[in-house]
Amino acid sequence: MALAAIAAAGAAGRSGLLPALGRALQRGFAASASADDKFTVEVMPYKAHKIEPPSNQVETSIAELTSMYELMYTMRRMEIAADMMYKAKLIRGFCHLYDGQEAVMTGIEYAINREDAVITSYRDHCQLLARGGTVKQVMAELMGKAEGATKGVGGSMHMYRKQAEFYGGCGIVGAQIPLGAGLALAKKYEGKRNIGITMYGDGAANQGQKYEALNMAGLWNIPVIFVCENNHYGMGTAEWRAAKSSTFYTRGDYIPGLKVDGMDVLAVKNAVAFAKQHVLDNGPIILEMDTYRYHGHSMSDPGSTYRTRDEISTMRQERDPVERVKKLLLAQGVDAGEVKAIEKKAKKEVDTAVEESKVAAPPPMSWQWKNVYHDPVGIKLRTTTGGYVTPSYDPTYTLP
Amino acid sequence: MQVRSSSMRASGVRAAPRAAPATGRAARRVSVAAAKEKKEIMMWEALREATDEEMERDPTVCVMGEDVGHYGGSYKVTYGLYKKYGDMRVLDTPICENGFMGMGVGAAMTGLRPIVEGMNMGFLLLAFNQISNNCGMLHYTSGGQFKVPMVIRGPGGVGRQLGAEHSQRLESYFQSIPGVQLVAVSTVANAKALLKSAIRSDNPIIFFEHVLLYNVKGTVHDGDYCQPLEKAELVREGTDVSIFTYSRMRYVVMQAVAELEKRGYNPEVIDLISLKPFDMETISNSIKKTRKALIVEECMKTGGIGASLSAVISESLFDELDHQVMRLSSQDVPTAYAYELEAATIVQPEQVVNAVEAMCSKVAARA
Repeated sequence: MALAAIAAAGAAGRSGLLPALGRALQRGFAASASADDKFTVEVMPYKAHKIEPPSNQVETSIAELTSMYELMYTMRRMEIAADMMYKAKLIRGFCHLYDGQEAVMTGIEYAINREDAVITSYRDHCQLLARGGTVKQVMAELMGKAEGATKGVGGSMHMYRKQAEFYGGCGIVGAQIPLGAGLALAKKYEGKRNIGITMYGDGAANQGQKYEALNMAGLWNIPVIFVCENNHYGMGTAEWRAAKSSTFYTRGDYIPGLKVDGMDVLAVKNAVAFAKQHVLDNGPIILEMDTYRYHGHSMSDPGSTYRTRDEISTMRQERDPVERVKKLLLAQGVDAGEVKAIEKKAKKEVDTAVEESKVAAPPPMSWQWKNVYHDPVGIKLRTTTGGYVTPSYDPTYTLP
Repeated sequence: MQVRSSSMRASGVRAAPRAAPATGRAARRVSVAAAKEKKEIMMWEALREATDEEMERDPTVCVMGEDVGHYGGSYKVTYGLYKKYGDMRVLDTPICENGFMGMGVGAAMTGLRPIVEGMNMGFLLLAFNQISNNCGMLHYTSGGQFKVPMVIRGPGGVGRQLGAEHSQRLESYFQSIPGVQLVAVSTVANAKALLKSAIRSDNPIIFFEHVLLYNVKGTVHDGDYCQPLEKAELVREGTDVSIFTYSRMRYVVMQAVAELEKRGYNPEVIDLISLKPFDMETISNSIKKTRKALIVEECMKTGGIGASLSAVISESLFDELDHQVMRLSSQDVPTAYAYELEAATIVQPEQVVNAVEAMCSKVAARA
């Protein structure tokens, strides 16, 4: 499959071909600038702990940047749509939105390939998108429909994509950190030159299991990158009120770390590419991404009781990651009309996904018992009404 | 403690050789061969054999836990395996149950088959979140994308004055987790055969051994025998009462049975083996025959395996019962250190004898 070939090419950063979303570079950029035009951008210098930081001159191209913009803009529109759907009570339960943090996952995705494993927390909608999922899959899952990423049984916090080495989607804060170390351990066990990336927040950074995982990863030189998405608030508590030391990139002690401007997708991509080369041979590294979330912790949190509206709007004006890429593209001579076309396409994709998901069917009752066990040989599961059900293989139960 | 069981009968007893040579070296060879066939090993050796055989058969099988490697395993189940398979496949973890259980789950998600050892099952309370949410539920919440083919094994139960925190019965707490299977071993034969099955199963299996059973002697099945994880074992066929038990309590029950036989009773004894899900077929066939059910467990009265089984039996087999379900469990107290208090906390053979006598005489009186 073409996807596998691209992934196997292993170049740091893909040259603009995103699969399932079909974002192939087709439009006429030739009029304004050659799609292969490479240029260098200076990003904020990295702060380093026990390691020499990479250069802050990052090479990119119009093609790559345009592709990144498309992904990030789609992420942004998708999360805003999720906000509206939640308020319309079409999405229920917990819904944690990623708008503001798009640069982190996009930068990561462009620095690794589809054989590197990624795991994150409950704030996972955009991770699924970056790893090849579609907006429709995310929307349908959020609305609890059978066409959702995990058939409607997982919900917002449980989105996975096995074929793209995306392991979710984890409801409990910090529980994914040791899992991520295990993913990378398996790569090493099988002799693969691939890594694992385990993402968590500043709130989870105070969990004991993070240190347990760091210790083991350091001990056994496991090729894992610990990515701390520091959006400065662990739910409703500011980082300085929850952590004695909020220089998260230094808290690995003997594990090296870098602090990265998480609102700049090129800074992120550069750091992750550097980190990938490091961990393949030298064991773990911590990347602290200095980022921000516009929404509250989840849709149940207005996000304004513990921070000022000024702070939020200042972030939007000065450091918005999507705007930054747009400005960069325009400064490089890309036609504003082309940019508008990308935005329009993304909006259409999101709107279509929402409309289709609204009328899609929920999972059938028979799926309540599906997949409780992988191998149901000999197992009868007792229902609450006294009968027994034997889960069976259902060939219609396939994932997108 | 010799226990009559179908599994024991099946192992190691072959037809007599064609013509046994009468004298000399040939005769000695035959008798050596015969002795080797019936060689008794201890349960820890049987578990070790199972682990070794499965690791050799499948390179994705690996072991993780505290002191499993260079130390040789605190109960010798992994003794010497690190020399054969290396440090990566027999991984000595630091003391961080939450961390290494999570790592085991992560590794299993990619396709490895880790056997994660809890030095004592009680320590796995620290890993409860990983076991419940990530191990048990992952196959479901990922829509069937990821399976977690891991075995979580270790000793539990009440030992010899180990104190409250080292005498826990974790099967009580784990039984509600959807997506896991719980298995409890009791003999040398079923220990090896069940561990092989558990390692080969694609479901997460929580595999309960008992602190006091590692040195129990017996023979293993021939060859590559893998016992079905979901079937109960018929220990003793009978007619008067169905006694359901598992793990070390099986031996307590059989001690009581020796006394009951003298008193003229004919109890049927069934070793549950599968604590989740229950083998309702074997259980209901037995109850339909004897019409009396006695559960003997080491869990506490509140919320244990017996509590669940009692409810299931009462609800689904009410019309087959001549007597309410009787349940002998441990007291709802932390296990004391002092010998006498500890003994009074758990079920003793006399209690089993008394319970059977009470049930049978009450039913007979009504008839």
